Amino acid sequence: MPQIFHRSTNTLSKASIFGALFVAAGGLWLTLEINRTSWVTRAHEARTQAVPFSHAHHVGGLGVECRYCHTSVDKGAYAGIPPTKTCMNCHSQIWGQSPTLEPVRASLRTDTSLEWTKVHDLPDFVYFNHSAHVNKGVGCSTCHGRIDRMPFVWQENSLLMEWCLECHRNPEKYLRPKEEVYNIAYEPPADQLALGKDLVRRYDVRPRVTCSTCHR
Amino acid sequence: MASPQAEHPIVGPGHTFGTVTDKISTIVLQRRAPLGWWLGFAAGFALLQLLLITVGFLLFKGIGVWGPNVPVGWGFDIINFVWWIGIGHAGTLISAILLLLRQEWRTSINRFAEAMTLFAVACAAFYPVFHTGRPWVAFYWLFPYPNVMGLWPNFRSPLIWDVFAVSTYATVSALFWFVGLIPDLATLRDRTASKAGKVLYGILAMGWRGSARHWNNYETASLLLAGLATPLVVSVHTVVSFDFAVGQVPGWHATIFPPYFVAGAIYAGFAMVLTIAIPLRKAYGLEDFITMRHLENMAKVMLATGLIVAYGYTMEAFMAWYSGNTYERFMIWNRVFGPYGWTYWALLLCNVLVPNTLWVKSLRTNPVYLFLISLVVSAGMWLERFVIIVTSLYRDFLPSSWGAYRGTVFDWAAFVGTIGLFLTLFFLFIRFLPAISISEMRTILPAAELKEEKP
Amino acid sequence: MSAEEIPAVPVDFAGVRRRLDGTTGRRYWKSLEELADSPGFLEFLHREFPEQAATFEDPKGRREFLTLMSASLALAGLTACTRQPAEKILPYVKQPEELVPGRPLFFATAVAHDGYARGVLVESHEGRPTKIEGNPDHPVSLGATDVFGQAHVLGLYDPDRSQTVKFYGEVRTWIQFRTALREALAKQKGTQGAGLRFLTGTVTSPTLAAQMQTILAEFPSAKWHHYEPAGRDNTRAGAVLAFGEPVDAHYRFDQADLILSLEADFVGSGPASLRLIREFARRRKVDDAKPVMNRLYVVEGSPSLTGAVADHRLAIRSSEIEGVARAVATGLGLPVEGGTIAHVDWVAPLVKDLRSKGPRALVIAGESQPPAVHALAHAINEKLGAVGQTVSYTAPVEAGAEDHAASLKTLVGEMRAGQVDLLVVLGVNAAYAAPADLAIAEALDKVPLRIHLGLYEDETAERCHWHLPEAHPLEAWSDARAADGTVTLLQPLIAPLYGGISAHEFLGGFLGRADTKGYDILREHWKGQWPGADFEKEWKRALHDGVVKDTALPSKAVAVTLGDWATTAPKPAGSGLELVFRPDPAVHDGRFANNGWLQELPRPLTKLTWDNAAIIGPGTAQKLGFSIEMTATGHATEVVELRYRNRAVRAPIWVLPGHPEDSVTVHLGQGRTRAGRVGNRVGFDAYALRTSDAPWFGSGAELVRTGETTKLACTQDHWSIDQTAHKEAGRRHVVRAATLEEYAKEPGLFHEMGEDPDPGLSMFPPHKYEGNAWGMAIDLNSCVGCNACVTACVSENNIPVVGKDQVSRGREMHWIRVDRYYQGAPESPDTYHQPVLCMHCENAPCEVVCPVTATVHSEEGLNDMIYNRCVGTRYCSNNCPYKVRRFNFFLYQDWTTPTFKMMRNPDVTVRSRGVMEKCTYCVQRISRTRIDARNEGRPIREGEIQTACQQACPAEAIVFGDVNDPESRVAKLKASPRNYGLLAELQTRPRTTYLAAVRNPNPEMPHG
Repeated sequence: MPQIFHRSTNTLSKASIFGALFVAAGGLWLTLEINRTSWVTRAHEARTQAVPFSHAHHVGGLGVECRYCHTSVDKGAYAGIPPTKTCMNCHSQIWGQSPTLEPVRASLRTDTSLEWTKVHDLPDFVYFNHSAHVNKGVGCSTCHGRIDRMPFVWQENSLLMEWCLECHRNPEKYLRPKEEVYNIAYEPPADQLALGKDLVRRYDVRPRVTCSTCHR
Repeated sequence: MASPQAEHPIVGPGHTFGTVTDKISTIVLQRRAPLGWWLGFAAGFALLQLLLITVGFLLFKGIGVWGPNVPVGWGFDIINFVWWIGIGHAGTLISAILLLLRQEWRTSINRFAEAMTLFAVACAAFYPVFHTGRPWVAFYWLFPYPNVMGLWPNFRSPLIWDVFAVSTYATVSALFWFVGLIPDLATLRDRTASKAGKVLYGILAMGWRGSARHWNNYETASLLLAGLATPLVVSVHTVVSFDFAVGQVPGWHATIFPPYFVAGAIYAGFAMVLTIAIPLRKAYGLEDFITMRHLENMAKVMLATGLIVAYGYTMEAFMAWYSGNTYERFMIWNRVFGPYGWTYWALLLCNVLVPNTLWVKSLRTNPVYLFLISLVVSAGMWLERFVIIVTSLYRDFLPSSWGAYRGTVFDWAAFVGTIGLFLTLFFLFIRFLPAISISEMRTILPAAELKEEKP
Repeated sequence: MSAEEIPAVPVDFAGVRRRLDGTTGRRYWKSLEELADSPGFLEFLHREFPEQAATFEDPKGRREFLTLMSASLALAGLTACTRQPAEKILPYVKQPEELVPGRPLFFATAVAHDGYARGVLVESHEGRPTKIEGNPDHPVSLGATDVFGQAHVLGLYDPDRSQTVKFYGEVRTWIQFRTALREALAKQKGTQGAGLRFLTGTVTSPTLAAQMQTILAEFPSAKWHHYEPAGRDNTRAGAVLAFGEPVDAHYRFDQADLILSLEADFVGSGPASLRLIREFARRRKVDDAKPVMNRLYVVEGSPSLTGAVADHRLAIRSSEIEGVARAVATGLGLPVEGGTIAHVDWVAPLVKDLRSKGPRALVIAGESQPPAVHALAHAINEKLGAVGQTVSYTAPVEAGAEDHAASLKTLVGEMRAGQVDLLVVLGVNAAYAAPADLAIAEALDKVPLRIHLGLYEDETAERCHWHLPEAHPLEAWSDARAADGTVTLLQPLIAPLYGGISAHEFLGGFLGRADTKGYDILREHWKGQWPGADFEKEWKRALHDGVVKDTALPSKAVAVTLGDWATTAPKPAGSGLELVFRPDPAVHDGRFANNGWLQELPRPLTKLTWDNAAIIGPGTAQKLGFSIEMTATGHATEVVELRYRNRAVRAPIWVLPGHPEDSVTVHLGQGRTRAGRVGNRVGFDAYALRTSDAPWFGSGAELVRTGETTKLACTQDHWSIDQTAHKEAGRRHVVRAATLEEYAKEPGLFHEMGEDPDPGLSMFPPHKYEGNAWGMAIDLNSCVGCNACVTACVSENNIPVVGKDQVSRGREMHWIRVDRYYQGAPESPDTYHQPVLCMHCENAPCEVVCPVTATVHSEEGLNDMIYNRCVGTRYCSNNCPYKVRRFNFFLYQDWTTPTFKMMRNPDVTVRSRGVMEKCTYCVQRISRTRIDARNEGRPIREGEIQTACQQACPAEAIVFGDVNDPESRVAKLKASPRNYGLLAELQTRPRTTYLAAVRNPNPEMPHG
């Protein structure tokens, strides 16, 4: 009776028994990693906008403070996107005729909103509140990164739930003095942990990790 | 041991190694399958299509196409799940426990009993996934893995225990079954005429040459697996019973559930083995291999487990009364005399009354009668799950939220659909794999015994 | 829609700012109203749904597009795991100053019910009204709302509302209508308006009344007719009978120790019901320290919520009630004839009790009773010296008060005689709701020109040449009086969604001022009312407070004169079954028929949804051999032909314990043909039997078997006549109740009723809750079962409407339900209401069994439900002993209708298919308050958080708060001996507990 299989297949079959295990494990690991990549989270992906508004220029260059535009960041859930009026406060004088700003003037003229593409887009079942954070010493840059260096804003962090929990579980690693919250260039001191622990106590920071904190 | 042996041998007289091998392998190797096979396969396959349609519709519209509601959150879905899992018990029991107990008569039935187990578990596994509201997430959120939400499943929930119990059981049974197959696959590889067959069987046989070392490894492996599988026989249905026992619904919250469920499972399992074995031996003329001895033994096992189950029913009712608990008392009263009372009486008829006729030897050794009884018991076991799930839920604590339940047409479609899946797989199995273990049959032939007597 | 997206809409406010220069916040309402003719809302529609907007405007196209959408959405479920698509943010062009994105603003206004105002505060999210609360400063609503008040939000966004001017069903423009009107009026001018007729419902709006007067001055021979299907004719006539003039009676339940209701359902109906419930319930909040409470006697011909809370209830046919009233009067020594001796064992002790209470007693008669009974009630009150104590009188609040039935009758007569050339119908759906004997339909057809202004293209619109879309009360400027006369200025919360106009603007057209805005009309009127006073200041205060101060009518001295009505005995009731008409508890006279929230609301007592029925008592049912069977797909019952005065309708039978025998109750308001997609062909039309001479009851009805059966959707198993469940409920002490005597003697008796195991029995040490621990106490003694909490919850928590079929299958979605339990004989049972919501058990059975931790405990003791984690095994629901969990078996929520997207509460996730949901204790309100408090570095104040159900409750039966704070109201209540936990013996340790019911029967009275 002629041989059907080459003798090498013996080794192959032996190998396959264990190989299967590695393939399965590898596959799982891969899917998990893909979910954490910026391809899925869209982190570090600069979004182009209808108006080429540059935070790098306004914040970095001119040193405009966050709250000049994002007025409700310390009052409500939403930081607030500035109304056209806010832009025109300056741009009625400066660059009043610049073609790049035509959409802005048009918006005011025709009384229709500017359309911005959302950069930090949480799922609809997540209820994030800015005021709760900035009033307890969480700095803008802690989550949003060096906005003052972004011509077009990108999302600095993954915004994955595990990322939120990391800070909610160890706030002391990230807190900063309230007066530094809007300091976009703030660098944590060497003794951050000590400082953080002290701030947690002073500001009575009790980050909640129960589900209804964000999901309702 | 001698007398029954004499009157019902476990192998018909006059069989040699050759005849056994021929008889069994030709079932697989014959050029074209008998018409009966085609008919059976066609029927099964048609029902399988029905299952696919139902699932499609279910996914499109939502779980609401099935019958559940508030208060009856589970219906046919979990009934069928438990039913199939129960059926899936006999296989491992036969292969593992009877192997360890050196019950030689098992050899001719263990192969298709194990196959039946696998297919039943496959049917059962369908329900836990598709009874959920969002199957597309349920099928992986139930497993513990380091996800981006930083969440783990709830290890306190019996449903999670189910996930592990069932998947382990499926894996071990599959391994056990496959290991057992290897020598036979080799036989087929060597005997088949077609090239494709040689290659396929060859791959599956994993280079089996029947050398002493192979046989040695083979024996050790089966023993090890048998050791592994034995606790599973008990564990799986115990865990399944926890789905109810852990809940606090009157009629679920009972400590007797684990043993009572396991017994019930074996009961149902053997019923199904009979349902398959009797037509099978007729169709392929295997009366010599699956002899009256086998049928009678299985009947005896059914009688025994049936009595345990009956005890379970009695204790349930007794404890309800004895506990003095308002809810328990009402539950059992309502179960027996309430709107769904007929299911309970039907259950007693199928699972307690009818099987007791097996005390009579003439009935116990009448294949037709056994076949009918096996069907009755399967129906009875299905009713048992209906009674436990529905008649406990539909009238629980607050009379204001009492309800009613009825399976919809899609519930029935899914049920017969899974039966279709089972049949399809089973017919494929008997067509392409030896339904009876050739190698093991050889070992129980008189010829084999003679050899051993030589010094 | 995305929570993040919310600041985007509606940009309309921006335009507002431009038109106003340097104004304060309050005044931008003016400009909102100006938006009516600015592209305002439609722009928003286009922006939100650019490609669909075109299709959307064409109703037919809309439906097609909706079906498409729904299909694609169903599929969306399968493609759940993909990257999020990019979303847009649309900021304001100019942002209103007082607006912080994501923070609601509240505006005071009012919603009218049968013409009478109820003060409300409307919650507005970036210009979208999403929720209605009672206005605590309003004398009638007192911060509470009823089911109708809540449901107005859905009514506002109803996509079936009329959207265009129609002429013979053809779309026309306003210009075309105005021209047509001008011509018609020109003709009328000549004849002094001899052929001009107006038909309105009850009008309390001073401005509208003034406008009508000017018009009638313009056209002296024109006439103004009124018709309110569930009006107050008998009450009015009764007053005239007693006092010779149509005065309004105002009751002070807070002063009354004894109330005798002669079929007066003050809980379920009446312009002052909210205040009366509040006053009534306050007198029933007994504690062991001071075990005193008021006592309520009710005589009624059809089970009502008032009868359900009574200490003594006499269920007799409506026609027999006058006899009882006369007997009581005679008993009190009034020269009155015709008293019945039938119920002497009941009347005698009652009279004794009345005498003993004297001025602190009160007799009230229901609208459904004939004028004589009202007159008798007035006479008795006077005799008791109750006038000035528990009752006072004022001039009628209604403008141009007259007998509506008579008024309509005359109008129809004139129409038939061809004396009417131009009929103007304002809002009333006369073609549907008029008494059958008037045969108004063909009378209408005789009028050459008919104009209808209404929210819907209803049955009346169908019969009119012109139909004009009316602006919703939340869309228009107006004013209205409350039951006590207090005026509220109604301010719009949003520009008209469908381009409707208000009645004021419409009537302006008759005075050649078609272009004057409602806002200006209203201000003009009030400028006249506040001479001298700083108008702007008054105006702003009125808008801010929601009431115009000192506009309550002054009480007025009147005296009863006993006429022959007192001395002539009533004519004996005819033979045969008595037919009783009642407005539907949910859809009222039919105007709410297209409101899904209300259609799906389990009617009090019957617990029926999506239907009305011929309701009979258990005895009658037995006699006629009717029975109801519960099935998995609804309650199977028999359809009968209900014959009455040569008219007939087919109606399903429903059996209701406590319903008087030989009597059938039918609810008006169903069986609409042009209500809309929701309300069409729901139930049967009882108006088809109603005649103008007997508006509320009449004898000579027959139930004729048809052999047909049908299925009704009832949310509570029909156990009320199923003895097993009846027994079980008693055995399980679900509702714990006792009499005041028993309670005073042994305050602890409620604890003996069921076992309350010691927490120490648990294997684990009890968990310690630091900080706030939220809990709730529900007073079964206060709860009147009015369902306000249910609608409030639906509105606050974006709860979907599932429809009759799903309710029949036991799949309704309400997070809070009002369970109804009976005690005693089915013929005359005691009724108890028990609102049941998530108990937030400390040992929650649902939590252990969830495989994916989709329901877990928060550190404040809430039982959190996380929709986005739920996979839908339904194990939690199975294991919940209270069965308060609700499951989305299908995609119940309407994800497609754009206006519904605007309606929803942006702070609550809109649940999708396949997930479990349940009461959250309004966690969104808790979170908002907590964050504010923590930002301000202060603890949460007692009473700062109110759950939606609590806020709506007129009886103050629901109290929510921090159980860790011994000073909190809830903690105090939980310390009361009346406090008990439902199914506490299961060791679930519920955070929601109940205060046992205490009834105050008269010891000398036979039971019942």
